[in-house]
Amino acid sequence: MIVDSNSEKIIRDDGVNYLNCDRGWKSWAFTLDHKRIGIMYLAGILLCFLLGGIMALLIRAELFTPGKLYLTEDKYNEFFTLHGAIMTFLFLIPSIPAAIGNFMLPIMVGAKDVAFPRMNLASFYLWVVGAIFFLLALGLGGLDTGWTFYTPYSTTTNSTVIAATMGVFILGFSSIFTGLNFIVTINKMRPAGMTWFRMPLLLWSLYATSIIQVLATPVLGITMILLTAEKMLGVGIFDPELGGDPVLYQHFFWFYSHPAVYIMILPAMGVISELMSVFSRKPIFGYRFIAYSSIAIALLGFLVWGHHMFLSADSPLAAVIFSALTFSVSIPSGIKVFNWLATMYKGSIRLDTPMCYALSFILLFGIGGLTGLFLGALATDVHLHDTYFVVAHFHYVMMGGTLIAFLAALHYWWPKMFGKMYSEKWAKVACLLIFIGFNWTFFPQFLLGSQGMPRRYARYEAEFEGLHRVSTTGAMVLGVGLGISACVLGYSLWRGKRAPRNPWGAATLEWQTGSPPPHHNFIGKPVLTDPYDYDDLVFDEEEGGFVRRRRRSSSEQEKPIKEPSIV
Amino acid sequence: MTFSIMDFVIFGSERSMFFPPPTSSTAAEVDSLFYFILWVCIVFFIVIVGVMGYCLIRYRERPGVKAEPSASHNNILEVTWTVIPGIFVGVIFYWGFVAFLDLRQSPDESYEIQVEAKMWNWSFTYPNGHVDNVLHVPVDKPVRLVMTSVDVIHSLYVPAFRVKMDVLPGRYSHTWFEANTVGDYTLFCTEYCGTKHSEMLSKVVVHPSGEFEKWLEDAANFLERMTPVEAGEILYQRRGCAQCHSIDGSAKVGPTFLDAFGSEQSLMDGSTITVDENYIRESILEPQAKVRVGYRPVMPTYQGQLKDEEINALIAYIKSLSEGSQVNP
Repeated sequence: MIVDSNSEKIIRDDGVNYLNCDRGWKSWAFTLDHKRIGIMYLAGILLCFLLGGIMALLIRAELFTPGKLYLTEDKYNEFFTLHGAIMTFLFLIPSIPAAIGNFMLPIMVGAKDVAFPRMNLASFYLWVVGAIFFLLALGLGGLDTGWTFYTPYSTTTNSTVIAATMGVFILGFSSIFTGLNFIVTINKMRPAGMTWFRMPLLLWSLYATSIIQVLATPVLGITMILLTAEKMLGVGIFDPELGGDPVLYQHFFWFYSHPAVYIMILPAMGVISELMSVFSRKPIFGYRFIAYSSIAIALLGFLVWGHHMFLSADSPLAAVIFSALTFSVSIPSGIKVFNWLATMYKGSIRLDTPMCYALSFILLFGIGGLTGLFLGALATDVHLHDTYFVVAHFHYVMMGGTLIAFLAALHYWWPKMFGKMYSEKWAKVACLLIFIGFNWTFFPQFLLGSQGMPRRYARYEAEFEGLHRVSTTGAMVLGVGLGISACVLGYSLWRGKRAPRNPWGAATLEWQTGSPPPHHNFIGKPVLTDPYDYDDLVFDEEEGGFVRRRRRSSSEQEKPIKEPSIV
Repeated sequence: MTFSIMDFVIFGSERSMFFPPPTSSTAAEVDSLFYFILWVCIVFFIVIVGVMGYCLIRYRERPGVKAEPSASHNNILEVTWTVIPGIFVGVIFYWGFVAFLDLRQSPDESYEIQVEAKMWNWSFTYPNGHVDNVLHVPVDKPVRLVMTSVDVIHSLYVPAFRVKMDVLPGRYSHTWFEANTVGDYTLFCTEYCGTKHSEMLSKVVVHPSGEFEKWLEDAANFLERMTPVEAGEILYQRRGCAQCHSIDGSAKVGPTFLDAFGSEQSLMDGSTITVDENYIRESILEPQAKVRVGYRPVMPTYQGQLKDEEINALIAYIKSLSEGSQVNP
């Protein structure tokens, strides 16, 4: 494509991009292009989300009545196990980093690809193999341990624990490969002039996420190997019958799985930081506080695993220390929320679909974060631990947080990834339905929990029936909302309007290239600008999107970039 | 407390929408902390929604109006909104910690009950040896549970008391409560333990003052519910006879019970006796009186520990082990 170097308007478009530059299945299966790998990841995790979502609806349907509706207890236990395992390991952990991050990170640093393209492809195939192990566990008659695989239940039950733990082990490598790639890419491939504090905040959060992935995931891998060794070879590590300690397993497991919560939420926070600024047409407020809080969360996140085990016969002293550390990690998250709100102040706020999701994120993540206070406080945790209160809390954080941010990211970068615009109207309807359905489903679960309804119950006492029915009804609304969202995006691929290069008027580098981008991401060198300065971006009717206003002659554009307003 | 007033303002009636009525000595404190955190959450959430709503209306995109230039950072503001939530969080932590110590520290005079969990039922053993699958406790008396599991991890949870603790195989865990309202309360397992996890339920029955002891005595009073031989067998197992007296003919610390009844035995002083009802009764109450040859006089007396009916049951059981042997005319 030929671009006017002054205005960045496309003069002629030859229509060649990463999607159509090469054809045939081999061009996808053996691609080293980070964009295609990102798209394959996207397809894969969306399929897993569909599978996990269907299980969620089946679980909610069974809970419509206190007694048996249509699932035996064993089937119910298998379904909630696979729902949790699939959503966590196959969807949430790779969602924003591996799908969206893979596509956007190299473009955002103005590079042609990630540092290690082959490792990137290997990461995807490891993910596929891991997913196959999970499907095996599903097909071979059910995994029923809960996604946490607590010993000694997991080492004594007859179900297909080994297939699933091997799946987790392999997925761990997939995650580590992605993390390594991102760390090296951000460290080594940023263009001259993009200092650490001139990076888009999404890159900060992906960097923090990658650190956790590389440091914490090996612990999970080792734990899964130990679990398998105990189950297959009878090595006594966790089972007291063999001289092991079941609580040790919980320490190992949460030493990874609590930081994993931050693997899921940090990229989401990065996405929201981008969106709040773009749609408020204003620089992000407190750039450094947001950047530092990402790193603070990543580091403090390693020190709080014990709060999953306040009641596991640990010493009260350990519980107190972990409670204090847990509260310390709540502060950086709070800082981010206030910074996002301050970004809106005095802005010019446009409510496009991604912004609607971003606002929805702030509200839902706000509730998720605040309800964490009840669980971090020791005395109330004793009552609420392992009840529906916890279920509601982590769904607000994981689904209201990560999933909503993922949807925000998907709607925001969809035009860039596929070159098509979706129907704003219907996308907003879906967003609203998802918001309503989500609260309808999960808010009653806070009450169920505080009233004493334990989690992972296939059958329950009649006194809880009313709230369970409300929750199940809400889940159906949520399902419809997500269905509409899928239809809107799917339809846009078929009949969507052609997307401009910069539909939202964003200033990060990916919006300087075509939608979809060419195979090598940029034609010519991208012009580095302050990622949060929107002054020069104006809407152009002819282009249908934003273009950079002509301010200087083209030779002046090679000058060092304007000093960003961030200090 | 101010929180209970707020509680009244918003949640009105005595019955909270959040909790079953508090029926233990520690529950009210947990509830107070819960409502305090709830109010902190409500205030912060209103602030978030308020600021968001204000910005959305005041600063919505309008034709010809651009974003106003404003500070892109402000250290004082940012430190403020770090420190203020920090203070709230500190208070919540401290309160949670202090109340937690109360939940974990049982009073010295607690009544102790042993709990054993297994897939998928509970058993509770009382100090008098009575075993029950329902937890019976006296009102207004601290009860300490000493818990262990025979298979996987379970967790004992009584929502009405706001009490929960994991029950682990291979070690003991503890919890305690002091129920202050008579009634029946549901007891749940809250650590996933397989197929019938959701049916691993039991009950806590809180007895009115003075009635618990009576219940316990009645419940332990299986003598009236069983034939003397069956009851005697239970006593033989439960009261420690089995440690020293076999029923298969082998000699342990004491002589075997097999075919003992009706047999002639020589004593340490050289005389002989016939093992009959009177000899057995005497040996239980005054074990040192007539010790058989070949055994040491080590048996402790059961004087005052076994009631007459229990002794009768034991005699009947020992008799039954001699069925078919020669019976004295």
